[in-house]
Amino acid sequence: MSIKNYINPNPKDDRNPLALFFLSPGIWLLSVVFRLEPRPQPSKLWSIAAPLLAVVLTMIAGGIMFAALGKDPLEAIRIIFWDPLFGDFASYSRPQLLVKAGPLVLIAIGLSLGFRAGIWNIGAEGQYIMGAIFGAATGLAFYPAELWIIFPLMVIAGAIGGTLWAMIPAILKTKFNTNEILTSLMLVYIAQEILKSMANGLLKNPEGHGFPGSRNLAHYPATSNPELIAGTGAHWGVMAAIIAVIAAYILLSRHILGFQIRLTGESPRAARFASVRPNLLIVICMGLSGALAGLAGLFEVTGPAGQITDKFNVGYGFTAIIVAFLGRLHPVGILLAGLLMALTYIGGELAQLQMSIPAAAIQAFQGMLLFFLLAMDVLTNFKIKFGKEAA
Amino acid sequence: MTDTGETPVLLHLDGLTKAYPGVVANDNVGFKIHEGEVHALLGENGAGKSTLVKMIYGLVKPDSGTMTLRGERFEPAEPRAARADGIAMVFQHFSLFDALNVAENIALGMEKPPKMGDLAARITEVSEEYGLPLDPHAVVGNLSAGERQRVEIIRCLLQDPKLLIMDEPTSVLTPQEVQTLFQTLRKLSSEGTAILYISHKLEEIRSLCDEATVLRLGKVVGSCTPREKSARELAEMMVGEVLHVPERANKDLGDVVLGVSDLSMPSPSPFGTSLKNVTLEVRAGEILGIGGVAGNGQDELLAAISGEVKTSHGAVTVNGTPVGALSPNERRKLAILAAPEERLGHAAAPDMSLVENALLTGAVRKGLTKSGFVDWTATREFAREIIKDFDVRTPGSANAARSLSGGNLQKFVVGREVLQDPDVLVVNQPTWGVDASAAAAIRQSLLDLAAKGAAIIVISQDLDELMEISDRFAALNEGTLSDARPAHGLTVDEIGLMMGGAHSMEVAHVH
Repeated sequence: MSIKNYINPNPKDDRNPLALFFLSPGIWLLSVVFRLEPRPQPSKLWSIAAPLLAVVLTMIAGGIMFAALGKDPLEAIRIIFWDPLFGDFASYSRPQLLVKAGPLVLIAIGLSLGFRAGIWNIGAEGQYIMGAIFGAATGLAFYPAELWIIFPLMVIAGAIGGTLWAMIPAILKTKFNTNEILTSLMLVYIAQEILKSMANGLLKNPEGHGFPGSRNLAHYPATSNPELIAGTGAHWGVMAAIIAVIAAYILLSRHILGFQIRLTGESPRAARFASVRPNLLIVICMGLSGALAGLAGLFEVTGPAGQITDKFNVGYGFTAIIVAFLGRLHPVGILLAGLLMALTYIGGELAQLQMSIPAAAIQAFQGMLLFFLLAMDVLTNFKIKFGKEAA
Repeated sequence: MTDTGETPVLLHLDGLTKAYPGVVANDNVGFKIHEGEVHALLGENGAGKSTLVKMIYGLVKPDSGTMTLRGERFEPAEPRAARADGIAMVFQHFSLFDALNVAENIALGMEKPPKMGDLAARITEVSEEYGLPLDPHAVVGNLSAGERQRVEIIRCLLQDPKLLIMDEPTSVLTPQEVQTLFQTLRKLSSEGTAILYISHKLEEIRSLCDEATVLRLGKVVGSCTPREKSARELAEMMVGEVLHVPERANKDLGDVVLGVSDLSMPSPSPFGTSLKNVTLEVRAGEILGIGGVAGNGQDELLAAISGEVKTSHGAVTVNGTPVGALSPNERRKLAILAAPEERLGHAAAPDMSLVENALLTGAVRKGLTKSGFVDWTATREFAREIIKDFDVRTPGSANAARSLSGGNLQKFVVGREVLQDPDVLVVNQPTWGVDASAAAAIRQSLLDLAAKGAAIIVISQDLDELMEISDRFAALNEGTLSDARPAHGLTVDEIGLMMGGAHSMEVAHVH
């Protein structure tokens, strides 16, 4: 993941002929202006400062893009970052922050465990859908009974749904050495087809006058996932996200499994030497990320979305990948990144409404954020020196 | 060319100083290299040898001081300029492409390569002239380490160098290949090419070099004619103190602890070597030395004993109990430990702290986890113990493994296993890249461990080391292990034949 894999800092390699051939024009240009010197250890300061700098650079580059579209860049930035929290309509948009950040953080925490170990689950969106379907189906099976046990059962079913969907790429990888990036991604599209089929078939509301979509779970007390504190947007999914952040933090910093995850990501051969079983770790990491994505789907379908429809999923599973990296795969970072991402979503919608900025420009803006973040990652492992090397 | 006083000075270094933040790598270094002289540069790790060589080769610019090449001011701005002035260098690590043939590899490194046919003819010509048999059309991936080195040397010779710098050239060669290399170097020297020879193998320097300059902590601490000094005197000049030679207690060997019987194992990686019918026994208190050129199954043998690769259950036994199907941690519980060769990325995780790296293998035997949760206090204590007992030079245990020098990390890696009181210990290249005094300390710790009754296998390419500490010696060649023979009294020729086989065809006529 880190750029250090691509830049060989060993100056002895000036004789590596092919590298010289391909890199020399670029290296010459860069070396005249500035050059990168590897740090003996990753910088603690820059691992915190780099994301902040990335946000600032995103504002500058995004501002230029908005200006080029003929919009006032300062106003656009203000609407995206400030108005959702403190603007005139903040009482409407503020609860949305937790509603949107909750699933992002929950999914991203799960993904980050796999990413730390070098296991690339790109299909959280599909696991999210399957969690919602399993959970909703469990709840609807009891309709119209009113039992306290129904909601906990749905939560378990949601986690199982996501886990099972994640087990497909996990087992394909361990048995046949397939690439989990491809298989998990392809399973997203299958999950979307299953979702459409469910919305129009098995889970369709019998009293829905022929419209696609299930009964509204939010309106059915035994299955609803209400706002727990009025005006905050916090529902059970937000609670689950906070618990996941804390649990992941403890797992990674205190537990031997967390150590094994980090060790595998950093150096697979050392992990094998430390008795880590790579296949078991793949199953565990895929399972955990699938379970959390499934939970996010379940809390969404019982709360903010309310029902299974063919338009139920809105891309949380994909955005969570950005959130995981924006948060530097660290639980606390992911919490902050999830909130920031939710903010740009809500702010982006406001900017579309109030300034008629095209949706594509907002997506480009969010893309810039990821781009600058990964670019700034270099600063953690490298020092920048200006001027030509004093060799 | 022993009478160096009469030949003109080729390169005169005067007052060279180069400081890096926190360390003066070279402090007022000066000496002369005469034309046609084989000049040794001796020094421990960190003595400033590579900085000095980099200055001559144009990779680093000195802060002060001058270099004079044949009477003219010499200030190479980059390696290309140094090469244009007749300086060539063979690095310790080769930069060759496995998929290309010899001529293509050489052409890639040239400023203006001639036509491939002309180049191939020129390579053949030079290789015959200097006794370096090499087929210009052979694919580099199929060549042995010694042959690859020849490619690098011929690449240098095609530049017609006045000064050839060689950095630890014999570390990958069999004794017979070393002899071939020395003949080439002597021929070059007799034709007037000066050679700057960096090595820590003192016997080689004594047999090859005309002059030696000894560096310690960045300063020239002496120069001598190596032939007139004993290896021990040279080592003491280098270290600056009386060298502690490992002591071997007279000991009675106990029962067989580790047994490997008829172990055949396909290599886990496509570039590895499969083990073929390997059989060995190590008794309590015994050190079995295993020699052989790198890449002949050393990594695989270590993996089979450490548990990284599982074998049939009975192929590896400890005290008669089969362990072949156990995982590394299950074997650690049974006091079977290992220290692999590759420090960064195998024995240790580069970006993790020394504390985390202490946990990497110490978790089981040191009881560093309780119901899955890591006891970081105890782990830190274990890391500190390793750092203290094995004199690991580092600002602290929170530093990343990759921030340590190779020698210091090696001390950490070996110390981590030794301090866990193994019954069986397998170490691969225990002193690779470690300075003389630290290497002596590591060997002593292995001997002490054996004296306490551990069964130890030391895999190494340093034959002097193996002869110094082994009770018995065996050699790996293309995955086959020779019969082990008592180390005492083995001659270099016998060892060479044990290691030999297909990799050194020149061996055939040694007898």
